[in-house]
Amino acid sequence: MQSQKNKIQVSRRDILNYTSAGILAAAGISLFGSIVKADKKMTVHAVSKLAGGKEIMSGKITLELPQIAENGNTVPLSVEVDSPMTDADYVKSVHIFAEGNPEPSVASFHFTPASGVAKASVRMRLAKTQNVVAVAEMSNGSIFQATTEVKVTIGGCGG
Amino acid sequence: MAKVKARVKVPKKVAKGEIFEVKSLISHKMESGQRKHKKTGEKIPRQIINKFVCTYNGKAVFSSDWHGAVSANPYLSFHVKAVDSGSLDLAWTDDSGAVYKKTTKITVT
Amino acid sequence: MRNLYIAALGVAAMTVTSIGTVFAAEDYGKYQVEDRRSGYTYAAKETQAIQDDNFENPAMLWVDDGSVLWEQAEGEVGKACASCHEDAADSMKMTGAEYPKHNPKLGKMQNLEQRINQCRTENMKAKPFKYESAEMLGMTTFVRHQSNGQAMSVKVDGEVAPFFKKGEAFYNQRRGQLDMSCKNCHGDNSGNMARANMLSEGQSNGFPTYRLKWQKPGSIHRRFRGCNKNIRAKPFGYGSEEYVNLELYVAWRGRGLPVETPAVRN
Ligand code: HEC
Ligand code: HEC
Repeated sequence: MQSQKNKIQVSRRDILNYTSAGILAAAGISLFGSIVKADKKMTVHAVSKLAGGKEIMSGKITLELPQIAENGNTVPLSVEVDSPMTDADYVKSVHIFAEGNPEPSVASFHFTPASGVAKASVRMRLAKTQNVVAVAEMSNGSIFQATTEVKVTIGGCGG
Repeated sequence: MAKVKARVKVPKKVAKGEIFEVKSLISHKMESGQRKHKKTGEKIPRQIINKFVCTYNGKAVFSSDWHGAVSANPYLSFHVKAVDSGSLDLAWTDDSGAVYKKTTKITVT
Repeated sequence: MRNLYIAALGVAAMTVTSIGTVFAAEDYGKYQVEDRRSGYTYAAKETQAIQDDNFENPAMLWVDDGSVLWEQAEGEVGKACASCHEDAADSMKMTGAEYPKHNPKLGKMQNLEQRINQCRTENMKAKPFKYESAEMLGMTTFVRHQSNGQAMSVKVDGEVAPFFKKGEAFYNQRRGQLDMSCKNCHGDNSGNMARANMLSEGQSNGFPTYRLKWQKPGSIHRRFRGCNKNIRAKPFGYGSEEYVNLELYVAWRGRGLPVETPAVRN
């Protein structure tokens, strides 16, 4: 088994060598052509601003993302926050951040008790492998956070 | 695409109190403002849909703010609790100030 | 370099067979016919999910666009596609599975784009659509979507045979600085990785296809051009005879696979 694995890698690398050279560079810019350097601190800062000094708790949030994204152009994200969604107790907003993107803010969802459930899905761009962060603001002011890592294989081959 | 188009899916009939899913798609390049022109190297200005609002019989029930990282031809799904028959109005606003609207009818039984 | 490459392929072929037995039980359902598999079966499950649902598949926006164009009168004759072809669900049901077709008047093969433009210029006296324009992609996606589920069944014998031979020769011809043929990647190495990409059989049953990379749908000729450029070979023109014949051969390679336009691929 071990030797087979090695063999695959050899063959893989060779096909790679033949196809990657200039394409790699092209792929790098095709996604974002990042002008601003990504900085994790930007997300940390944005989240602490949202929290306004309150404790940031974990739990309640289910963040669904692929472990490995085939293409950073279109990464499906689904988020759900556990809440009764009544007038007295509901999720006001969920904010999504991509720590490694030049501009970390991705989207915010604003719910009401009329939403029934605090659940939404979008597709987003990820410039590279990174953490995706969801921050939920509850109607009582409490703040929850969840983080998931997504590996991004940038597809630069195949035209 | 020549013109901005949207697709919306909701169930035709839902029982009162039931929570139903709304799926939507809109054709838009979502130019992130982070890309440079291949030849000139100049930054391509941002041109994205930045706001989405869903109104149910005149009442805003869900909204969303978008940034440059939302993919081209944006897909969005969310949920609404069925109260009365009527209309579900979706509106997307882009950086140019243009508003794209789509209305669907819903029957609550 | 080339010898090294061939040696590598040899190893790949060996290991692929042994891995093949491990995965032999995998059931690809309607996406597999005999030993031929749609590109769908090589895609990540998240990408498959986008294709599976018409309300998640962004290319359906183009299908909608095509359905509007279908009804729209244009040109000097004042007719729409629908004036002559009526309900596309009936009139175009087999079309997507059968193109490229031989056109006796032209004495050569014609792909869907060219047939649509013939109708525009001759039957409507309207301007032809440009390749890869929003209109052409809308119309081709719409027309071929009507054939969804139909088995790919291009005619390759009789008057078509010489064109088929040319398409086949193109497919097997090594070209470009990397000196590789379509077959090297899609015939001999499907299931292996080329850099970050899993190589598929290079089937055409899902075209026009929404590529995550393009962030919009594109024609099969756009894909051919990309594959040619990747091996540093000169791409041929959109609608060129070379590519139409190649399109015929590629469609035949996928015979029996269901049309799945608009597919979603990386
Ligand atoms: C004035 C009538 C007329 C109009 C208008 C017209 N067509 Fe046609 N079309 C024809 C005729 C006639 C044929 C040939 C039928 C045959 O070969 O059996 C044809 C054939 C086709 C075919 C090939 C079908 C097949 O399965 O081989 C396609 C595709 C097609 N038309 C698309 C279109 C589209 C798209 C439009 C609008 C942009 C359009 N046509 C407008 C008359 C028309
Ligand atoms: C260096 C390897 C390589 C060569 C040579 C190559 N391709 Fe590709 N091709 C790819 C890769 C990588 C992809 C994307 C992943 C996949 O579907 O295989 C691709 C995709 C395709 C697809 C899309 C498949 C789908 O399901 O959407 C088609 C069609 C295709 N190639 C045809 C061709 C043709 C025809 C040729 C010869 C002119 C060719 N390719 C040469 C690497 C190659």
